[in-house]
This record gives sequence, structure tokens and C-alpha cells, in this order.
Amino acid sequence: MKKNLYPMIFLIALIVFPLVLRQEYYQHLIILFMMWVVIGSSWNLLAGYTGRVSFGHAAFFGSGAYAAGLLAYHYGISPWWGMATGGLLATAVAFPFGWITFRLHGAYFALATLALNEVLKDAAKIAEPLTNGMVGILIMPTFSSKLPYYYIILVMMVLTILCMRLTVRSKLGYYFVSIREDQDAAESMGINTTRYKMISLCIGTFWTGLAGAFYMNYMGFIDPSVVFSLQDLSIAAVLVGIVGGVGTIYGPAVGAFIMIAVQEFFRSGFFGLFKYFGDKTGSGAFTTLSEFVKSAHTLGFGLLVILVILLLPNGIVGDWTKIKTKLFRMKVTT
Amino acid sequence: MDVFWQTLVAGILKGGLYALIGIGMTLIMGVMGIINLAQGQLMMVSMYITYVLFSALRIDPYLSLIIAMPALFLLGVLIQKYLLNPLIKVDTILPHNQVLMTVGIGMVLTEVARFIFKSDYRSVSTTYSNETFFLGHISFSVALTVAFGIAVVFTLGMFWFLMKTDLGRSIRATAQDKEAATLMGVNTGRITVITFGLGSALAACAGTLLAPVFYIFPDIGAPFTSKAFVIVVLGGLGSTVGAIFGGLTLGIAESLGSTYLGMDYENIIGMVIFVAVLVFLPSGFKRLTKV
Repeated sequence: MKKNLYPMIFLIALIVFPLVLRQEYYQHLIILFMMWVVIGSSWNLLAGYTGRVSFGHAAFFGSGAYAAGLLAYHYGISPWWGMATGGLLATAVAFPFGWITFRLHGAYFALATLALNEVLKDAAKIAEPLTNGMVGILIMPTFSSKLPYYYIILVMMVLTILCMRLTVRSKLGYYFVSIREDQDAAESMGINTTRYKMISLCIGTFWTGLAGAFYMNYMGFIDPSVVFSLQDLSIAAVLVGIVGGVGTIYGPAVGAFIMIAVQEFFRSGFFGLFKYFGDKTGSGAFTTLSEFVKSAHTLGFGLLVILVILLLPNGIVGDWTKIKTKLFRMKVTT
Repeated sequence: MDVFWQTLVAGILKGGLYALIGIGMTLIMGVMGIINLAQGQLMMVSMYITYVLFSALRIDPYLSLIIAMPALFLLGVLIQKYLLNPLIKVDTILPHNQVLMTVGIGMVLTEVARFIFKSDYRSVSTTYSNETFFLGHISFSVALTVAFGIAVVFTLGMFWFLMKTDLGRSIRATAQDKEAATLMGVNTGRITVITFGLGSALAACAGTLLAPVFYIFPDIGAPFTSKAFVIVVLGGLGSTVGAIFGGLTLGIAESLGSTYLGMDYENIIGMVIFVAVLVFLPSGFKRLTKV
């Protein structure tokens, strides 16, 4: 029970949070955070546990978003039905893809995901009769309040984490880890590595597709450069995974939290601190500085990645004991 | 028929420059076994160096090769020495952590460029930027033709270097078998640093040569990174000859695609070729050329 204590406290806090803090801005941030937990966890199952890094998770996210959006746009079917199809379409995209690329050893899979991302982005741009091309798809949001979305994504996040935990602690999880550690050894033990890599890919992409469909519902607008974005989705998914810690259940949650925090920290100019100083002292220097800081959130995240890979190669959760002892020692000596 | 030849010529000219970026990436791939996903961003840095030299000091882009290439060589050396080599010793379960590091480096380079130059489109507009000459009915862009010529010279120079000099032989030995090379007295740590420097310098060369023809903006790096890795996979990972063929193939395919299918298809064609190669010829042209 003790092991589940912190996640439970955290979960209760999340349930209560929107009832206490009614500002939509914070609710929006937490919704995004939870969406990123879903994406990060599904990336982590593939990369952290099975050892197959995907550089193109946006491909699956975008497929899910388009599945929901197109059904609503062309047939008027409620985009919530699209949630189910979103996950399935993402898996349907992943299946032949994995079938082709998993037969190759080495870095091919990672590179091919990058290519898949670009292909789908261009395809969505070109297929104008179907997808409206660059104009994108606009649907009416179902709810005007943010609360329903908040609880839907909360349930989704909990389900994702439970699914990851069940998978990782079952026999399947051990197969995945054995493939990550040494594929040839796993093969010689009688594990059908291609099949288990496929299973890992399908589970992971299903949740990512679901998150994509949720995004469509929540934002009400998508276009190819948003949902197939290499920088803002594919790379961000990788970042969420490695900052939090690959191969850990709660790592992506920590990573997602840090990513959203860093993003907002920079975007709001250190929560308006610089602007406050600027107004107070009346000097233009602070105002320009705050403008600089606002445009630097990607830079901040890039630097964070470099530092994490160098200093905390297993992520914050993975290297938690290392961080704790270091901090503790520092406290003792000073 | 003229349209076809025109397209072919444009493709070959572009392909020559693609090959230059591809060779840089494939060298790094061969020696370190990693795909450098910051290759296009390094190219972008050299484009900005060219831009600054041109707009501030009126230095001709082709002359600024002398400055841009050593500068990027140095940048590559620093990246390899202080960011990538330490990762070899790091104990982690994170797969491909060096590749992920290059992604981070690419992001930082792009954002630093955006910080300094904003997202505006810049151009190096020399007198010959838009000039063309005709051979028969086919027009040649002066800037691209000169760039192609210089690219060929550098490619041949690179070959001579890899085949005939001691350092080049050490690089090839390290690429073939790192441990055996170490046993033969090759300082492989130093070789990786030099190789990354060379790869960056080649990217710098391509960037400077392309500066008069392309608009320069911070995000130009990413598409070139993806082009470069398509070339590397096409040519076969680590194969220099393959990268040349890969670059030419991609250039020709792209320009045929944009002529006969439409501009939108330019990128998708490269990716379709890429997937086709993965499926039908996973070791790329290396299997055909044997080098």
C-alpha cells in the first residue's frame, strides 16, 4: 500500500483541484499536462521498456486526431465516437509500419518513424478533398466548460497508467525488457521478438491515438502542421520521456509536468516577474528581457534535455536515489 | 522533352549539394554509429555565418567558405568532445542517447539563431543569385552550377583524404572495427572528434554554397536534416560512395516529382523512396556499389 501512497495522494489532489481552483487557465494547463502524461507513457512503453525509440509519435497522435475530426466533419458523427476510432486508426497505421520496420535491426525503426511522421503530414496537406489541407478541420466543441474535458482526460490518464503498470508487471513486460536489453539473447530464449515488439507498438500507439482524438475534441481545431508537428509533438514526446525517466511508470508524469511548467514559465516571462520589475523601476531593460524570455521556451527545453542526458541519464525518476544522496550529502557538508 | 532535361539538370545540380550534406552525415554514422540529427542545423549555422559576413563585410559567399568551414569544424569538435563523447561512459538504459543528444543540440542551435536573427527570412542576394546561362535550350542557374562545381571538388578532396592520407585511413579503420583500430594504435577518441568536425565542416560547405539560392531562416535546418538522413539510408549507412548516389537520386527524384506531380509532392517523394529502400534494399546502394 505504501508504494501506491504518493500516486493516490496525487490522484486525489487532481480530482479536487478544479473544484478548488476555478480559473480556466490553470485547468487548461492541467488538462494539457494530463494529455502529455498519456502520450509520454505510451512513448515510454515503446522506448523505455522495449528499447525502440520513436521519433515520430506525432504520426499516431495526428492519425487519432484526424480520425475523430473527419468522422465529425464529413458524417456528423459525434467526435466522442471518434475517440474509439482514433485509437484504432493509430494502431492500424502502426501495424503495417511495425511489420515492415521491426524486421530490421539497429536504428532503422527510429529513423523510419521520423519519415512516417513527415509522410503523414504531407499526405494530410495534399489530400485536400478529405482533410481540407492546410485549412484544417474545425468542429463545434461539445462542452463550453472545461470541467468535463478535465475529468475525461483524468480518467484516460489513470487508465493509461494502469494499463502500463499491468503490462509492465506481467510476463509481457519482462519480454519487452529482455528485448531492450539484448534482442539476440531474447530471440535465442525463444521469444518471438518481432511479435512482442509489435504488441508494444500497438498498445503504445493506441493510447497516443486516443490522446489525439481527445485533442481534437478539446481544441475543436486541427491542421496538419499542428497535429503532425515534428518539433511540438514528436520531439516533445521524446523529451517528456527522457526528462522524467525512461523505463519508469511515473517518469512520463514527472516529465510532462516539467515540460508544461518550463513552457509556461518562459511563455509568461517568469510568471510576469520581469514585467513587474519593468513597471516598477520604469527601465526598458526588463521589458525587453521579458520579451526575450518569452520567445525562449524551446531553448530552455533544449538546454534541459542536454543537461538531463549528460547529468541524469536515467531521468529524474530513474536517478531519484542519486539525486537524493547528492542533495543529502550537500546538506551534511554545509 | 526539354522540360524533362531541364528537370534532370536541376535535380543533378541540387543532388550534388545534397550529397555533400549526406557525406558529412554518413561519415559520422560510419565512425560513431549514430545518426547526427543536428546536421541540417549545423548547415543553418553556416548559412547565417555567410549571411553575416556578406551583409556586414560584403564578403562574397564563396570566399566565406574559408571562414565558415573552419568555424563549423571547431563547433563540431567542441560538440563531440564535450557533449557526445562523455555519453559513451554514461551508464543508462536510455537507448540511442547520443542521437537524442544531437536532437537537443539541434533545438538549441535553432533557437539561438532565432534569438539572434528573429524568425525573419534573410537572403544573401549577390549579383549572380538569379542569373542563368543557357546550354542549348536548358537553363543553368549560375549560383547552383558554381556550387555544384565546388561540391564536386570537395567531394573528390574528401575521397582523396579518406583513401590516401594516414588520418583518412584511421577514420576508415575506426568505422570498420573500433576495437581492432584501437589495438592497431589508432586513437579512436581523437578520430571521433575529428570526424564530427569534418562532418560539420562539410555541412558548413553545403550551407554556404546554398546561401545565395535559398532564403535563410532558423527553421531551415530540420528539413535538411531529414533529407540528409534519407540520403544516408539510401546510400547505405556509413557508405561515402553510396551517399553521393543517394544525394543525386534524391535531388533528381525531388525535381522530377515537383515538375510532373506538383510542388507539394517534393517532400513526400523523398520519404516514399526512403520507405521503399527500407523495405526492398535495407542496406541501400552500399549493397550494389560494395564500397
